[in-house]
Amino acid sequence: MPRKIFYPLAVLFLGLLASMPAGVFAQTKSSCLDCHFALDPPLRVTPEQFSQDIHAQKGLNCASCHGGDPTNEDPEVAMGRAAGFRGKIERRQIPALCAKCHSDAAYMRQYNPSLRTDQLSQYHTSVHGKRLRMGDAKVAVCTDCHGVHDLRPATDARSKVHPLNVAETCAACHAKSEYMKGYSIPTDQFAGYSSSVHHEALVVRGDVSAPTCTTCHGNHGAAPPGVASVEFVCATCHVFQAQLFDRSPHKAAFTAMGVGACVTCHSNHRIVHPTDAMIGTSTDAVCLNCHSAGDPGYQAADSMARQLGQMTAVIQRSDEILGRAERSGMEISEAKLEQAQARDALTKARVTIHSFDAKRVQADLLEGIKVTEKTYQAGVVALKERDFRRLGLGISLIAIVAVLIGLRLYIRKIEAPQS
Amino acid sequence: MKLWTGVRDWLDERFGWEELIAPLRKKTVPQHKHSYWYYLGGITLFLFLIQVGTGILLLLYYRASAGEAFESVQYIMTQVQFGWLVRSVHSWAANLMVFTAFAHMFSVLFLRAYRKPRELTWVSGMILLFLVLGFGFSGYLLPWNELSFFATKVGTEVAGQVPLIGRWLVIFLRGGEEVTGATLTRFFGFHVAVLPGITTVFLLMHLLLVQRFGISVPPGQEKQWEALPKERREVHFFPNFVLREVMAWYVALGVLGALAAFAPWELGVKADPFAPAPAGIRPEWYFMFMFQTLKVLPAKIGFLDGEMVGVLAFSAAGLLWFLVPFFDPKGQGRMARWITGAGVFGLAYIIVFTIYGYLAK
Amino acid sequence: MQKEAETRLASANRESPSLKAPASEPLPVRRRFVEILLGGGLLASVVSFLYPILRYLVPPAPPDLGSDSVVAAKVGDLKRNSGKIFRFGNRPALLVQTADGEYRAFTARCTHLDCTVQYRDDVRQIWCACHNGFYDLNGRNIAGPPPRPLENYEVFVRGEEIVVRKQQGA
Repeated sequence: MPRKIFYPLAVLFLGLLASMPAGVFAQTKSSCLDCHFALDPPLRVTPEQFSQDIHAQKGLNCASCHGGDPTNEDPEVAMGRAAGFRGKIERRQIPALCAKCHSDAAYMRQYNPSLRTDQLSQYHTSVHGKRLRMGDAKVAVCTDCHGVHDLRPATDARSKVHPLNVAETCAACHAKSEYMKGYSIPTDQFAGYSSSVHHEALVVRGDVSAPTCTTCHGNHGAAPPGVASVEFVCATCHVFQAQLFDRSPHKAAFTAMGVGACVTCHSNHRIVHPTDAMIGTSTDAVCLNCHSAGDPGYQAADSMARQLGQMTAVIQRSDEILGRAERSGMEISEAKLEQAQARDALTKARVTIHSFDAKRVQADLLEGIKVTEKTYQAGVVALKERDFRRLGLGISLIAIVAVLIGLRLYIRKIEAPQS
Repeated sequence: MKLWTGVRDWLDERFGWEELIAPLRKKTVPQHKHSYWYYLGGITLFLFLIQVGTGILLLLYYRASAGEAFESVQYIMTQVQFGWLVRSVHSWAANLMVFTAFAHMFSVLFLRAYRKPRELTWVSGMILLFLVLGFGFSGYLLPWNELSFFATKVGTEVAGQVPLIGRWLVIFLRGGEEVTGATLTRFFGFHVAVLPGITTVFLLMHLLLVQRFGISVPPGQEKQWEALPKERREVHFFPNFVLREVMAWYVALGVLGALAAFAPWELGVKADPFAPAPAGIRPEWYFMFMFQTLKVLPAKIGFLDGEMVGVLAFSAAGLLWFLVPFFDPKGQGRMARWITGAGVFGLAYIIVFTIYGYLAK
Repeated sequence: MQKEAETRLASANRESPSLKAPASEPLPVRRRFVEILLGGGLLASVVSFLYPILRYLVPPAPPDLGSDSVVAAKVGDLKRNSGKIFRFGNRPALLVQTADGEYRAFTARCTHLDCTVQYRDDVRQIWCACHNGFYDLNGRNIAGPPPRPLENYEVFVRGEEIVVRKQQGA
């Protein structure tokens, strides 16, 4: 290309380049944000806020959802019907709007091929989805849980739908009795959950394998599990308890009574750490809710409670004697290690409880009882050794005292004043 | 009896020791109201012999590597017959020995036994005191438990505060930059070979000097006896004093046995160099007063580092302590009173700061 | 003691007091008593010191090589596709012989809530009975609640012994 043509073209090209919007976000130059960052809430959206939004980061802008023309400075034109401006999206239309992209598998594949695209169809099966169709705008729609202008992916710890934050997000409506007036469901779920072991594991200890609301209720297809299916839900983690329960007499009985399997004894939201006191025939025991004195269930409960109590007692007995030996300075680390096996047996038995078969529980405890017998013996031996040492000391002290007295007398003798 | 005399004479003809120990037979020990303090030196010696004996026994089973040290001590405490006794006696006697060594030093100071011609007895004694502290410090690491690991870390860290040679000193002590298995090997070498060798030399010197010059009498008492020679009391070293000394040793044996049976030395938790320091690490009690002093010193004194000032101050004090006989060869007069004052202050300081160190946790 | 035990230097010209009777002789009975007491006591105390020392010198069964390295089993103890729990220092550990005959060793403490894991020969994986956690034969947590893999140990065969050792280096 001759120089005469090349240089002007280059200048033109560079000029065009310079005038193009710089930066990742086309909307940092958008006329929408130019006004809306300065407005009062709820109209306010700042560039800082929007820069955190995952949609913005992927290249979408205000017009992608709201329509309108972000390149035009004139509000009449930018927010005009001609530009396709939709204004504030009406709540009942939000799911459909989001689904326009999120249910389109081909479209979503461009951004994240592994993201699911069935959220809308799931939502339609949920209580929220069904009620929204019937005209109830108070139920949750996409933006209530996910946020809207600073929407973060669920894996981001600041997202409202990150596992650690889900319960609080649900509680934003479900724990407010004022808001939930008119619905026939309780509002104590969050309070119950907050005092549960699941909450402690998830939010306090950070164990993301622990369940939150959506784990049992589903997220997009949120609905309470039916009475019949509660057990399946719990069984996704608590496999053994469920298997044992299925083979126990309680399965048929509960089904016949139409009560939920696990939650009848353990509660659904306020699931606290079970104690041995729950089993048996004392006042705290859940068994007495159905069973009464004389029936086989009552006897089984009584038997199992006794066995657990006995196991706890023998473990304590060994712990006590080993503790005494240790405080006297004896070395019992081997026995202490073995005690762990006894505790494992007790843990196992507490799972086997769910078979409600006293014989099986006894069988599991037997191993542990053997271990405690061994460790108890180790403690006895240690204390015997301690006593032997003290005896040996006593003997040598007698010898020492004899020498001391003897020396004393001897010295006195050889130094007796001469006459 | 005839056999005994016969054997004795036979050996004497070939060793010729009757001549050598003849002066011992004549040796006497003064008897006065302070002469109880004379036993302390002998008790310290006795405890040292106990340490050598139990130490040699421990050597038969102890393994000086980071991977095995803790387990070998555990083995001694649990599997070896009477291993618990040997180990506990060794640990308790170590502490008792430090105590009696300090008591012996202070009694010599206050009774002015350092005065001419016994200056070198004092100097060799001070060296022995430092060696005893060195034994304590190096031995403390050997069980390789959490407390001893961190106490060693802190203790060797302090050595870094010595100006000029501090860093090199730390590397020399630790066998590297950090406290590791190399430190353990090195401390083991110090504890069982280097320190015993040096101690033997100075101990012999110290004992020979004591034999040579006899037992000193405090100046006040000496003056009294010079005025009234008839009042002078002396006891034959052999057998009278020796028998009494043996009584003291037997009492010490009884105490050690009781301690081993009723308060056995604990194993602790195996040291883990990667774990964070547990709360409440502290050195052994005989270093506590120095440790606590360094803790309360401000970070900066003037333009100097606070810890360094502390280390230098203790070093200076140690040096002055060494040279006490040269400040006061006569044992009386104004200098002597200053020294008594300094001694009282030093003793009180040690006691107060040791207690403070424990209460401050 | 002092008041009774004074001997004057002036009388030091005499022979040193010895076991032979001095000028004033105590009653024979009393002397014998002192001698027996002293002699007997000395003998008893010496025996009570020597006895433990002599017992100490006799070695008991040889110790483990230290908790960094332990003999887990003998060759032939374990069949193929099976596992065994053994003590490693103060912790339980799991030794596995895979179906191919290779030895692997891990800590047996589940990373979820510290239950003791076991080898399952049906699924050929390591399993925790408490909450149904699974680890593969590299110790990686592959199913269930465990949040972290199991710590791997080095295994090597020395003659008839299978020795397990903590991994050296980072």
